[in-house]
Amino acid sequence: MSAPAIEILGLTKDYPIGFWPKRARRSLDALTLEVEEGEIFGFLGPNGAGKTTTLKLLTGLIFPTSGTARVRGRSIDDIEMHREIGYLPEQPYFYDYLTARELLDYYARVSHYSSGDRRERVSRLLERVGLSSAADVQLRKYSKGMLQRVGIAQAILAEPQVVLLDEPMSGLDPVGRYEVRDIILELQKQGRTVFFSTHILSDAEMLCDRVAVLVGGKLQGVGAPSEIVSLEVHAMDILFELRPGQDLPPGLRENVTRIGGRCRLEVPETELYPTLDKLRGLQARILSVSPVRPTLEDYFLRLVGSDRAVSRGVEVPFR
Amino acid sequence: MSAAPVPVALNTFREAVRDRVLYNLIFFALLMMGAAILVGQISIGIDRLVILNLGLSAISIIGLVMAVFIGVGLVSKEMEKRTLYSLLARPIRRWQFLLGKYAGLVLTLAVNTLFMTLGLAAALFYVGRPFVRSDGLVLVAVYFILLELALVTALALFFSCFSSPMLSTLFTLGIYLTGCFASDIRTFGEFTKNPAIKTFTRVLYYLVPNFHNFNVIAAAAHGSRIPLSLVGNNTLYATFYVALLLVSASAVFSARNLK
Repeated sequence: MSAPAIEILGLTKDYPIGFWPKRARRSLDALTLEVEEGEIFGFLGPNGAGKTTTLKLLTGLIFPTSGTARVRGRSIDDIEMHREIGYLPEQPYFYDYLTARELLDYYARVSHYSSGDRRERVSRLLERVGLSSAADVQLRKYSKGMLQRVGIAQAILAEPQVVLLDEPMSGLDPVGRYEVRDIILELQKQGRTVFFSTHILSDAEMLCDRVAVLVGGKLQGVGAPSEIVSLEVHAMDILFELRPGQDLPPGLRENVTRIGGRCRLEVPETELYPTLDKLRGLQARILSVSPVRPTLEDYFLRLVGSDRAVSRGVEVPFR
Repeated sequence: MSAAPVPVALNTFREAVRDRVLYNLIFFALLMMGAAILVGQISIGIDRLVILNLGLSAISIIGLVMAVFIGVGLVSKEMEKRTLYSLLARPIRRWQFLLGKYAGLVLTLAVNTLFMTLGLAAALFYVGRPFVRSDGLVLVAVYFILLELALVTALALFFSCFSSPMLSTLFTLGIYLTGCFASDIRTFGEFTKNPAIKTFTRVLYYLVPNFHNFNVIAAAAHGSRIPLSLVGNNTLYATFYVALLLVSASAVFSARNLK
């Protein structure tokens, strides 16, 4: 059996704070996680939850206080591991005196591609992210969305097997988000693993095979979006119309939301048939009955919403 | 793998060019033109001496300002702007990145110094002095200035790996000035009766790079002999210090969390 694409084993990161006495803030607390080859894996959490810390640990930009991680069987301490990954930092900033073509060529040089290979590869990528016409414009003249696209291009430049994206949809307009989603799905079709952090839950729900939720540096849950939310209690949503001038009797009136000439009523699943009987008795026109499945957002808000203070990590004794 | 610092060096050079760092050459050209015209009118027989002194001093000072102020930003600017995140996620080691940044700035300084030397030669040509054999000493003086700048750049890079640009500037300039007077400080220590001061000045003398040895501007201007052994010694001395500083900078930077 092949090694997982990403294997995180008890990864912990403390940052020293203060001078005297010296203390530490725990940004990531014994994170253990596995991401399989070819998966699109969403890493969810509020600001300060430890998502960027995890990605920086995986890319070797910071060093763990304890624990370790492997990418396709290679330790994160191993320089060869960097051949397996592509990385898009959060709010990427690049050398703004370069053009997009020059920047990608520079990174391709660092990755030891030959001159001919670089030219072909860079042109193809610029085409792929829709920047061919702006390829020779300096990056200081780029919009945020264009910079994000350059960021994605540089992340997949070396055709890595594991692509790590930190908030790839952040700051993008709907078209930009659609394009990034499209690229992520294409990467999966090519057999690559995509591990991305986000707080745009609809994107995670739409794209991810599995997600993990991180709050205050601690893993709260991991699984397919449908698995995570299916544990919740279901409700039923009834949409109906009343006859002109008709009013609802007490008991129903208080729970109904009126939308134009229509009424919406959410009832527990067990109350569905008695409620439908009541509406039938009123000769209401039933337009639709649909199950209300809690979204990933509901799950996420329930975890985070109770105490936002814990979402930023906690102080621990300095080691 | 060994080629990894090359693209970083070339990019650092390109950054300097696009940030118009080489515009200082215009200032130098104007200085040389002004000096050549003025000296030709007010001095009798010492025009060469004045232009050489002024030109070599300007090459040294302009180079020094560039080495310190660009050098202290080599790493800190990349960290502050987070441009190195996407670079260091690639198969490049941190010491390779540092070596590339260092080589890029030294290349910039070398190109700058080359053009300033050509400007100095043009000014000498303008005042009508035919080139003589002793003018070769000017090239030795320029070579020593380059060694000095390479050393100052390594100092600035070392400090920029762990302190702010302002502190790095203070440390680098402080060590440079101390190094310029290293021999004087040691002599002062020898004359004192206090053993603690004597030991301190002696340690300081051996610790800081002795920049005084690189200054042969007066000798070159006067056409005095510069011993060949000094060329060899200065080359070895600068190479040793630069290597020591780059290894230390790599050790510090490699252990640093890039928050």
